[in-house]
Amino acid sequence: MLVTILFWAFSAVLVGAALGVILSRNPVHAVLYLVLCFFNSAVLWLLIHAEFLAIVLVLVYVGAVMVLFLFVVMMLDVDVEKLREGFARNAPLGALVALIMVVELAYVLWARRLGIELPGAPAPVAEGASNTAEIGAVLYTQYAYPFQLAAVVLLIAIVAAITLTMRSRPGHKVQDIPAQVAVKAKDRVRLVKMPPETEP
Amino acid sequence: MIGLAHYLLLAGVLFSVAVAGIFINRKNVILLLMCIELMLLAVNFNFVAFSRFLGILDGQVFVFFILTVAAAEAAIGLAILVVLFRRRRSINVEELDAMKG
Repeated sequence: MLVTILFWAFSAVLVGAALGVILSRNPVHAVLYLVLCFFNSAVLWLLIHAEFLAIVLVLVYVGAVMVLFLFVVMMLDVDVEKLREGFARNAPLGALVALIMVVELAYVLWARRLGIELPGAPAPVAEGASNTAEIGAVLYTQYAYPFQLAAVVLLIAIVAAITLTMRSRPGHKVQDIPAQVAVKAKDRVRLVKMPPETEP
Repeated sequence: MIGLAHYLLLAGVLFSVAVAGIFINRKNVILLLMCIELMLLAVNFNFVAFSRFLGILDGQVFVFFILTVAAAEAAIGLAILVVLFRRRRSINVEELDAMKG
């Protein structure tokens, strides 16, 4: 019973926050609504015993990705009003498409015309079972290769992000390595032949 | 009793809200990126719910990988956005017509 109440409460806040993301006037508010979305999703995942992913969502997503979003939104000096032109014109179309999608999905779920039987109750959780340990046991054995690929993806993302945003400012003092290597001794030292000087 | 259908419907509503967001905010690149994050969250909801209700853990491992890729996508997308704003002083999608698309 408590789980049911929690589910409906957090789902309501989740959908409300999602609407806040797409409707808010200020991009900073939109990012903060998105953070609220992720927090509510983490709680909803906790309710179905996905503890590891719930905490990963809070730590990685809210802690890193959303903070990155917030930094970028606050750094860019964007003219919000100009970007919101056509908002009212596009809103009915967006609402219509969203409504059609919801009705279609709900029809598939509730009508059951396709003969699909949904599992009613969640699979039982063993006493003292650790979701994190179970995921770790699968991740480092069966999914070891995809796990390493994910690491490579992250590495490429780091390299790409740094390469894209790096820029050379004028007046910035750096070594010119090819010029340093190409230097010859005769360019730098001039040997002069002269008679030895004597003490007066 | 909360069943699988409740979670699937919630994910569907979330995804539809994100699609509507793409329709109504189609000039603002930051908002578009955030709507894509919302869509990924909705898809993750489906994976987690199915994984839990079928008792198979692979769905949660898949969500882990989706989170990784989404983080990489957000990092690169925002980097492109910053470079774009530095060059054009604007993030309006309609002004990005250099490739005559």
